[in-house]
Amino acid sequence: MKFGIQINEGPYTHEASDTAYHFIKAALDNGHEIFRIFFYHDGVHNGTRLTAPPQDDRNIVNRWTELAEKHDLDLVVCVAAAQRRGIADADEAKRNGKDTDNIAPGFRISGLGQLIEAGIQSDRLLVFGD
Amino acid sequence: MSVTKKLMYINRRAPYGTIYAWESLEVVLIGAAFEQDVSMAFIDDGIYQLLKGQDTNDIGMKNFSPTYSALGDFEVTQIFVEKESLEARGLALDDLMHLTYEDEDEDYAEKDSIKVVSSSELADIMEQQDVLYNF
Repeated sequence: MKFGIQINEGPYTHEASDTAYHFIKAALDNGHEIFRIFFYHDGVHNGTRLTAPPQDDRNIVNRWTELAEKHDLDLVVCVAAAQRRGIADADEAKRNGKDTDNIAPGFRISGLGQLIEAGIQSDRLLVFGD
Repeated sequence: MSVTKKLMYINRRAPYGTIYAWESLEVVLIGAAFEQDVSMAFIDDGIYQLLKGQDTNDIGMKNFSPTYSALGDFEVTQIFVEKESLEARGLALDDLMHLTYEDEDEDYAEKDSIKVVSSSELADIMEQQDVLYNF
C-alpha cells in the first residue's frame, strides 16, 4: 500500500513524530511504499539541523535524515508554516533576509499543494498529531 | 493529475487558542486549485470557527473569520456542521456566519453552504470520503 504521512507536532514535546517514525519504519519493513512525509504546524521543527539533544536520548531530526537517505524518502516541510516558525533553507533565508539557514539534510521546503497531492496520490493519508 | 477524489477537511478546534484552524483554512484555500470534490466538517470546538461577529482586537491576533465567506468562490460549497456539537455549546445555526455559494448549474442562484447534520449522518458522509484531512 502507498501511504501519505502528515506530521503536525514538533519533536520531543509530543510523541506524534516518534509514532510516525515507528509506523513508517514498520511500513517500509513490510514492503509498503511511503509517497511523502509532510511536516505541518509545529511539525516543521522536525526539520531543523540545529537540535542538540542529550547523548542518551534519541536524535529525532537525525533519525529522519538517516531514514530518508536509506529509503529515498521525500521529507517536505511546509513553507508557510516554516516561515512562521523560523525553519529555512538557503533560498528561504536569502529571500527573507536571514543570516543563516537551518534545514536538516534530507528535508526540502515546499508548498501546501504537496500535502493535497499526497492525499490524492496515496492509498491512505495518515495524520500524526492531536 | 486527472484523479478526482472526495476530500474532506475536518475542523475540531476553536479558532484562536491554537493555530490549527487558521493553518487548516490555508490548506483548504490551496487545495481548491486541485479541482477535487471538496467538503468541510466542523465538529466539537471547531464550530466556533464559524461563529458570527468574531472580534480579536483585544487578543492582538488576526481575525481570519472573513476568509470563510470566500470559500464559496473557491468552490468549497459543502460545509457540514455537527448538530450535537452546536447543541452542546448552546448554539444554533443562526449564531454562525451565513456562508453561501453561487450554483453555476442553476443560473448562479445563491445557496447556503452550511448544512447542519447529526453525528451519525456525518459519520456516513465521512465514510464516503477518499481522504480526510484532520485538523
